[in-house]
Amino acid sequence: MKILVVDDEQDVKTLFLQRFRKEIRKGELEFMFAFSGEEALEVLKSIDQEAVLILSDINMPGMSGLQLLEIIKKDFVAPPPVVMMVTAYGDEENYNTAKELGADDFLTKPVDFKLLKNKLTQNI
Amino acid sequence: MNQNLQTILDFIQQSKHLSEDEKATLTKAAKDADKALTISEFKLVRTEKVKRTTAILLEETIEELEHKRKAIEDSNNALQKSLKELKATQSQLIQSEKMASLGELTAGIAHEIQNPLNFVNNFSEVSKELLEEMQEELEEGNLEDVKEIANDVIQNLEKILHHGQRADGIVKGMLMHSRSNSGEKESVDINNLVDEYLRLAYHGLRSKDKSFNAKLETNYDDSIKTVNVVPQDIGRVVLNLITNAFYAVNEKNLLQETQGDKYEPTVSVATNTMKNNIEISVKDNGNGIPQKALDKIFQPFFTTKPTGQGTGLGLSLSYDIVKAHNGELKVETKEGQGTKFIIKIPII
Repeated sequence: MKILVVDDEQDVKTLFLQRFRKEIRKGELEFMFAFSGEEALEVLKSIDQEAVLILSDINMPGMSGLQLLEIIKKDFVAPPPVVMMVTAYGDEENYNTAKELGADDFLTKPVDFKLLKNKLTQNI
Repeated sequence: MNQNLQTILDFIQQSKHLSEDEKATLTKAAKDADKALTISEFKLVRTEKVKRTTAILLEETIEELEHKRKAIEDSNNALQKSLKELKATQSQLIQSEKMASLGELTAGIAHEIQNPLNFVNNFSEVSKELLEEMQEELEEGNLEDVKEIANDVIQNLEKILHHGQRADGIVKGMLMHSRSNSGEKESVDINNLVDEYLRLAYHGLRSKDKSFNAKLETNYDDSIKTVNVVPQDIGRVVLNLITNAFYAVNEKNLLQETQGDKYEPTVSVATNTMKNNIEISVKDNGNGIPQKALDKIFQPFFTTKPTGQGTGLGLSLSYDIVKAHNGELKVETKEGQGTKFIIKIPII
């Protein structure tokens, strides 16, 4: 399964590649990275709507994670990707907005990688 | 009649050598002299009187002047006192303005520290896993894998250090920002400073207003090495200008939304070298500053924000800080199109 991670922090890429090194090596998971909402949309267009799981931060300069979510839910429908939003601790407002916009799942910052691993293996 | 003149007159009357005509002429002359003498005496008395009156008047005037001098001295002292009080109030105001902007920053700082901390924690945890894996590979004698893992761990430790220092820098910046005594000039990487405060301002505002978002454009001149400035002061100016820019684009965004127009709020920050100066510019595509407000923006307590939202001290303090660096704070604005503030500081 392809997973697109969207976060404006570049080191998130290194972290994910190491956290999921075993899964990547076994070919269970394949990660792609985008460092802004705009870049994420471009990646999505380029991979021709393959089944994908999107894991996006909300707080990013430029297009926010919520705007990205809205566009994905509107424009990328066949097949609809699973979108998981990463919200800051105690941020009810963003959580509710994301839920209204159709987010499929949530993770709270700091990301619990064990929990994420469980969620991802469930989705496979 | 004057005694001497009387003697002369008597002498003339009794003289046998003078004709009657001569006697009459001389007598008249003596009487005229007496008249003139009387007038002179009268004038003298009058002059004396005037002199005495003048002396009294002069004395009174001197006394009055002394009163006035004392009064002036008193009001001068009062003025000195209120000036001292004003100065104390001003420094209190500056301090509370600092603390207010620090309060605005708190959420941004929390976010900015949380991120590097997450990285420190995550990279530490993953490094531990990697080292455990390394032990297994060592047992099995897979040296190639061991080398690869060792490289990853080294890379992770570098990242831990990097993010630790990042958090450290933010905390130091926060402490410097709240320091009440005026700081010392030091050699500062301007691009770094500007970027740090841009992020703080952005996350600070985002945490207060979730609906806010803006496109950030940065264009830093890499040829700028370091410049001698008081970092927390210049940081405050930058923070102020960026906060204002965010406010301006947000205002326009709310307006455009009600009118259903398409608008992309954009704030651009750039640094430049110009001869012996560096320039930091903060540009927004907000509504611009109306001409009638433009003359007043650097005046203390002038604000266009609703009551309770702005102290009206931001730009005025910014202006003073830039002046204290022998620099200039300039503004270019076009109504409906946006505003650009430029900080110009000489490289010493």
